This record gives sequence, structure tokens and C-alpha cells, in this order.
Amino acid sequence: MPRDTLTGSRIRERRIILGLKQADLARDAGISASYLNLIEHNRRRIGGKLLLDIAGLLGVEPAILTEGAEAALIAALREAAGQVRDSGAELDRVDEFAGRFPGWARLLADARARIDRLERTVETLSDRLAHDPHLADALHEILSTVTAIRSTASILVEPGGVDPDWQRRFHRNIHEDSARLADSSRSLVAYLEAEGKAAAESGTPQEEVDAVFEAHDHHLPALEAGADPAEVATELGAALTPIGQVLLGRTLRRYAEDARALPLGAVLEAVAETGPDPLALVQRFGTDPARAMRRLATLPPDAPCGVVGLAVCDASGALTFRKPLPDFPIPRFGADCPLWPLFPALSRPMTVLSRRLRSAGRETGAVRAYAVAQPATPPEANRDPVFEAHMMIAPEHGTRSGEPAEEVGVACRICPRTRCPARREPSLLGGPVGEEGF
Amino acid sequence: MSKHVLLIEDEPNIIEAISFILTREGLRVETHTDGTTANARLRERQPDLLILDVMLPGKSGYDILRELREEAATANLPVLMLTARGQTRDREMAERAGVSAFMSKPFSNAEMLEMVRSLVTSRA
Repeated sequence: MPRDTLTGSRIRERRIILGLKQADLARDAGISASYLNLIEHNRRRIGGKLLLDIAGLLGVEPAILTEGAEAALIAALREAAGQVRDSGAELDRVDEFAGRFPGWARLLADARARIDRLERTVETLSDRLAHDPHLADALHEILSTVTAIRSTASILVEPGGVDPDWQRRFHRNIHEDSARLADSSRSLVAYLEAEGKAAAESGTPQEEVDAVFEAHDHHLPALEAGADPAEVATELGAALTPIGQVLLGRTLRRYAEDARALPLGAVLEAVAETGPDPLALVQRFGTDPARAMRRLATLPPDAPCGVVGLAVCDASGALTFRKPLPDFPIPRFGADCPLWPLFPALSRPMTVLSRRLRSAGRETGAVRAYAVAQPATPPEANRDPVFEAHMMIAPEHGTRSGEPAEEVGVACRICPRTRCPARREPSLLGGPVGEEGF
Repeated sequence: MSKHVLLIEDEPNIIEAISFILTREGLRVETHTDGTTANARLRERQPDLLILDVMLPGKSGYDILRELREEAATANLPVLMLTARGQTRDREMAERAGVSAFMSKPFSNAEMLEMVRSLVTSRA
């Protein structure tokens, strides 16, 4: 049912909210109750002066009755339906649903938004709990101290009596442990608070570099314009730790080299035609795939190809650069999904892998990932090159590919995928237990 | 003769509290703090019950337990595992390693004592 035919439903809803009887509203509007009844059930159109009068009596703008306040609500409902594959939701009747049952519709939209927020929170917290060694140590320290205090205090209050020497000893222990607990708690709070501030204050040097790039949307106009990367590093890295500054300097030197080899204007022109395809840049500019991927990931956010994500790892699989996408998060603390093509690429050096990926347990769109491993150091006689792998991720645009999407996770701890051959540790998100869930 | 309990734990004040509770109960308690030498210590003299912390310096409680279960002499030794990691998955990990009973920290003295009594009795 089209939206403009639901004016009556909105009048009825508003009247009921105000606690008005149909007969009273009809009388005040100068029409019969039966006519208002027909209007309220959308069997008579309403407009002109009568609409204005009824809107006035109900204390709303006439447009609220004719157009509804539910445009945003309908969009939210469509989004909710889109997030669940094969939900069976009657999308062609979403207007009617929002119009007839606005309360339920709002509840559904709000619940969906809340689920989104909670999922993000769970992911963040689970990831930190599982992979943040500092947090894990701090919690272990606190629980151990609490255990000592609880056991000792219980001994002192339990019936049975305690020898005065032991009493003194236990009092001293409780005193020591309570001081330790206070220190650990303060330290944990300071750590958690610092997490909300710049990564420079709390993270690893690599995270400090990631934070600098994030703060600038991974695009640095000064370097694009040919500025000296050392000067840019001095400016941007003033608050970083000394190691963070070294890493930032190295990363910015590479950015500057990439920008010189693939000038921004020419790359923007290219991606307007080919989209975020690193191999197209390789052909067009005669560059290597890793550089093409890095270049795509440092384009301005409004580039015609859209925002591109990037993960770089060394030959041990440790991430050395991360630019996540909303649909493709990359954990801050190692332990990524071994199914990402980033890692198989290390065993197939110089071969560009292209995969269609979907995040397990997320009803988001598929992404296209390209990955390649290539030497990170210049060739030397009789010396094996040191490899690094790049993986570029771009949201899939346009027509849907017929290629099936491979389900990958973020990290095992927060991945719901079952029967995963690459599972390293059980998931916190339920699923089967025992060997299968492991 | 009183039952012999070996407590492998690295927190001194937890060691003191548990030792006191069990000694008061008439058990003979011996303590050990290092994960790396725990198995060697167990080979020297076997207790009636082993109380084992998970996070130990040198070697985890899970590893100590797995090694114990591989040796015929200690394959059936009652082991009570104490851990600050009390999630279901950690419990399952302990069960897979062959634990007899599992308690999350912080625990109540009464529950711990009850568990110890039941485990040393099962050994009788």
C-alpha cells in the first residue's frame, strides 16, 4: 500500500495516542463518526480544509499525517531486512508496515540499531580481552589478588578461631594485597582511559603509526605535493614514542616513493575508469602490485573508486600496517584470520591472489580482496629475499559477481564460523564445543 | 597417616591461605611455585592430591597436567585446577588435559575445602 494512502492510519494512531474518542474528534472536526471511521481505515481520502482541521485538533503538522514521519524509519527497516540474508521480510510492503504498526516498526528498527551497537562492542571487547596481553595480565593480577584477600578474610571471620600469630600474619597479608589491588586497579583504569585517547599514549609503536594514518584518513596531501617525508614525519610524529617515530618515518618514506611513482592525479584518473583494481594500475603504470595496492589505500576518501582497506604483514604473518574497512575489520592485536588471502600469498610469492570474501556472521556485503607477497628487500647474491605480503580490500560495487564469496573471520575468538579448518582457538560467540568448535 | 596435598601456585598469599585451611583440616600440605620443575617434583614423591594453578612461571598448569596424564604413575592422580580464567572454554581445556576438578578464582574457602575432601576421599 503506497504511503500517501495511509493518512487515515496516522490520524487514528495520533488520536489514540492523545486518548481522544473517534466520536469526539469527528464532532470537533464537523464530520460524522462513521465518516471519520472510513477515513481512519483509509477508505476515504482526506485533504484540504478537513485535513488542516483534523491536524490542528491533533496538534500536528498536516504533512506529518499525509507524508508520515516514517521516512527514516522505513529506511531503517529496509536496512534491517538487508542485513539478514533470506529474511523473508516483505520489502514491498514496508511502507504499509511502518504506517500501520509504527510502534512495532520503531521497536524493530531500534532493536536492530542496538544489536549493531552491541555487536561492535562485543567485537571490540572480545578482541581486546583475547588479544591484549596487557589487559589479560592486568585482569589476572586483579583476580589473583582478590582470591588471596577473599580466602584470607574468610579464614579470619570463619568460626574456629585463629592463633594470634596467624591472625597478625593474615592481617598483614590482607593489607599488602589490598594495596596491590588498589595499584592494579588504578593501573587498569589508567590503561583503559588511555585507550580512548591517542594511540600514541598507550599502544605499540605500530599502533601509533596506524593512529597517525587513521587521523588523516590515510591520505597525506603534503606527501602528495612532494614534501620531504622526514619533515612530515617530524610534524606528525611529535607526540609518538621514539620507536613510533622511526616506524612512522619509514612508512612515510615509502608513501612518498609510492606517490612519486604513481602521481595522485594520474591514479585518480585511472581509478575513475577501472575502479579499485591494482592490476589495472600495474599495467597502466608498469609498477608492482604491492605498490599499486598501497597507492589505492592512500587515495583521498572521496576518490572515485571508494575507500580501500589494506593489511601488510611480514614473512612471519605479523601485521605491519592496517587500514580496516567498516565491512572488514582488522584486529589491533595480531591473531588475524588465517583464511585471509594475505597469508596464503606468502606461500605463493609473486602471484596475485584475487578472492571474493564475506565476513562470517556479518550480514554485510562481500568485498574483493587482492593479495600478493613480494620481496621487501633488494636482491642480494646468495641471500634469500625477505618477503612481505599485501592484501587490499575493496567493497564490491555494481552488479553482483557470480563468484561465491569465501567466508572469513576477523579473529578466531570472535568468529562464529563452525567447522573451520583454520580455527586456532574456540570462539566466544557460542557454536559447538569440543573438537568441532575448536 | 594424614593425606598429602601438593599445592603448585605462585601467589604467596594464596599459598599461605590455602595451606592454612588445609593444614587446619588435618592435611599435610607441601607447596611448589615453579612450573618448569613441577613434574620433576611430582616424580620424586606423589601426593594424594595435586592443587594446580594454571598461570605459573615457566610452564602452564595445562602443560603440567598433560605430562602428568601421559605418565602411568600419575595418570590417575586427583588434580584440582585453580584458575583466574574461568570461562567455559578454559574449563573445557582443563577437562581435555585430564583435570579431576576445576575451580575459578576467586573461590570460597568452604567450596574449595569440600572439593579437596571429596578428591582425597576418592583416592582412599
